[in-house]
Amino acid sequence: MYAYDQYDRTIVAERVAQFRDQVRRRLAGELTEDEFRPLRLMNGLYLQLHAYMLRIAVPYGLLSTKQMRMLAHIARNYDRGYGHFTTRQNLQFNWPKLEDVPDILADLASVEMHAIQTSGNCVRNVTSDEFAGVAADELEDPRPICEILRQWSTFHPEFVWLPRKFKIAVTGAKNDRAAVAFHDIGIRIVENAKGERGFEVQAGGGQGRTPAVAVVMKPFVEQRHLLSYIEAILRVYNMYGRRDNAFKARIKILVAETGADKFRAMVEEEWRHILKENATIDLTEDEIARVKSFFPAPPYRALPATDAGYEAAKAANRGFANWTRTNVVAHKVPGYAIAVISLKPHGGITGDCTAEQMEAIADLADDLSFGEIVVTHEQNLVLPHVEQSHLHGLYKRLIEIGCATANLGLLTNMIVCPGLDYCSLANARSIPVSQRIAERFDDLDRLHDIGPLDLNISGCINACGHHHVGHIGILGVNRHGEEYYQVSLGGYQGNEASIGDILGPAFREDQVADAVEKVIEVYLGARVNGERFIDTYRRIGKEPFKARVYAKAPKEPVHA
Amino acid sequence: MPRVITGGKIVADGWVQLADDAPLPADGDVIVSLKRWLAERETLGARRGGVGVRLTGGDALDAIVPDLPQLPVIALEFPNFKDGRSFSFARLLRERHGYKGQLRAVGDVLRDQIYYMRRCGIDTLELRADRSAEDALAAFQELSVSYQAAVDDKQPLFRRVHRAGRN
Repeated sequence: MYAYDQYDRTIVAERVAQFRDQVRRRLAGELTEDEFRPLRLMNGLYLQLHAYMLRIAVPYGLLSTKQMRMLAHIARNYDRGYGHFTTRQNLQFNWPKLEDVPDILADLASVEMHAIQTSGNCVRNVTSDEFAGVAADELEDPRPICEILRQWSTFHPEFVWLPRKFKIAVTGAKNDRAAVAFHDIGIRIVENAKGERGFEVQAGGGQGRTPAVAVVMKPFVEQRHLLSYIEAILRVYNMYGRRDNAFKARIKILVAETGADKFRAMVEEEWRHILKENATIDLTEDEIARVKSFFPAPPYRALPATDAGYEAAKAANRGFANWTRTNVVAHKVPGYAIAVISLKPHGGITGDCTAEQMEAIADLADDLSFGEIVVTHEQNLVLPHVEQSHLHGLYKRLIEIGCATANLGLLTNMIVCPGLDYCSLANARSIPVSQRIAERFDDLDRLHDIGPLDLNISGCINACGHHHVGHIGILGVNRHGEEYYQVSLGGYQGNEASIGDILGPAFREDQVADAVEKVIEVYLGARVNGERFIDTYRRIGKEPFKARVYAKAPKEPVHA
Repeated sequence: MPRVITGGKIVADGWVQLADDAPLPADGDVIVSLKRWLAERETLGARRGGVGVRLTGGDALDAIVPDLPQLPVIALEFPNFKDGRSFSFARLLRERHGYKGQLRAVGDVLRDQIYYMRRCGIDTLELRADRSAEDALAAFQELSVSYQAAVDDKQPLFRRVHRAGRN
């Protein structure tokens, strides 16, 4: 993985010192909370319902075991013994004390981590494919490009006070696991007809109040021009993005209101100017090669494509076999596997991880996965390089630490925002709803029978729980002081991205699991040839689901 | 006399920000809005004393471009700390239009934005009366390294210095 040099270290160390002084001025009363707010937000420190929340950047989700152990140390010493992995592949601590935050940042800096630009109206942590570097369907490892973008965006002089936050995702695989179409800028590594590598650049995607699928800005941007082209998009957005209404300030609104063709033309013109004035901002082959050198393949052993002991263990142990069906993914190297560690225990809190679990996972990564761990945007963790013969041992150890739920890709692998239990923006609680649903669908055989299904829950319109792209999406709303939940169907975050359709009137909290149950019944009744839920939905449409879910008057659905 | 930070020092400053409806003083240096400049260009040019123009984020930059050579000062307004349009204006004035005069930040200028302003080509800071200039000056020392190309460094870090790959 990337290793800091003196320049990276200086930037992060000076930032820690700067923030230490800002906190000192705040605690001494030299800064009011209003004056302190923009400063702390630039450093990932939010004031939540009950306490400060500190969001730590995990660039493109990649963690070393040393870093994971430091997160455990921080959880234990400065927080309540746990942290929360987010859909941005980051980690949040929910209970830090303001006076401790400079020390936390100093501890993070000692393992080459920071909280820079994890909030505020700037370019946020660049996210990527959680299987980057190991996926069988990968054209090229996207992480060097992510690191180049991390450096380019860190304290960018022109783009730290944008109209609104700005999220960039990069994928190098055929199957998009980074949801690039739902980002302000989405980048796909592609090959042109001449066999040259470059980038398809998309813009204007997003979730929130006005969900939108990104438009393709340019089907092929040469590698060396990536930074100038991205600067052109950001400059047009910075100059013309709306600043009169925070809900209309994301780039997706500018693209929609300007029209995709005109927006493309504006960016193209800006880009031509930048190439004339400032061609030196573009990448050199040396720089690309330098950053790539930090992401070599680990020293894999030559192994047979299938391990006999692994196959035998699956045949002998049904629980293990179920886990491998969902949580083990094909690796590009024969004899190796990608193992996904579930942070979705039924009845638990999605994405939460205790200090003890973090340390146990770090030990497992050192023993079994060349010391690498990846945070996924679905709030799980990945050991990217596990020999097949080690999977059974890994599974048994994960059971001991409560991280072996065999539900990846299934209904209970929910994305859930913190909701009203933590978040000052939320309208409704998300966690209790997710727990009720998980309890209702606790039977693993039934989950496997239902098959691939994304169920996502957001506690408000900001859509941090990605409800728009859930095959089943649940959105918490507040009506006259009471929490209700709107159900949508048909969202999808992969290559054929789509936004879910609202099913009908919202439900009370205690009706949500029933509604999901009925949706599943309709699907199971209509399913042909083992098709996935999303395929059935796309084939038969919303009406059969609506008819069944709202069939019985006594259930008293509330109007939305 | 009010003070500004320019060239890394705190100095007394004689430029007066003139509201659109304020009477034009007979002499002295004034900064007027783009609107007033466009409407009263001849009157303004004929009087004794310097004239600068104040731009806000919504202004059309192109309108001032032909007049840039005769303007010793362009003031870029930061109406609140969140409005970052003037960062783009500053770079465009310096990099695209070759503006060589003084670029001054006015309005809600936070000490924690100074680093970014300087990198975009702003050389003078007019702080709000309730903010300490000495404090702001200290902020100049806080960040010493930058990754990107901008007005102050035309080369990104990877072209400026040798950075080693993985050994």
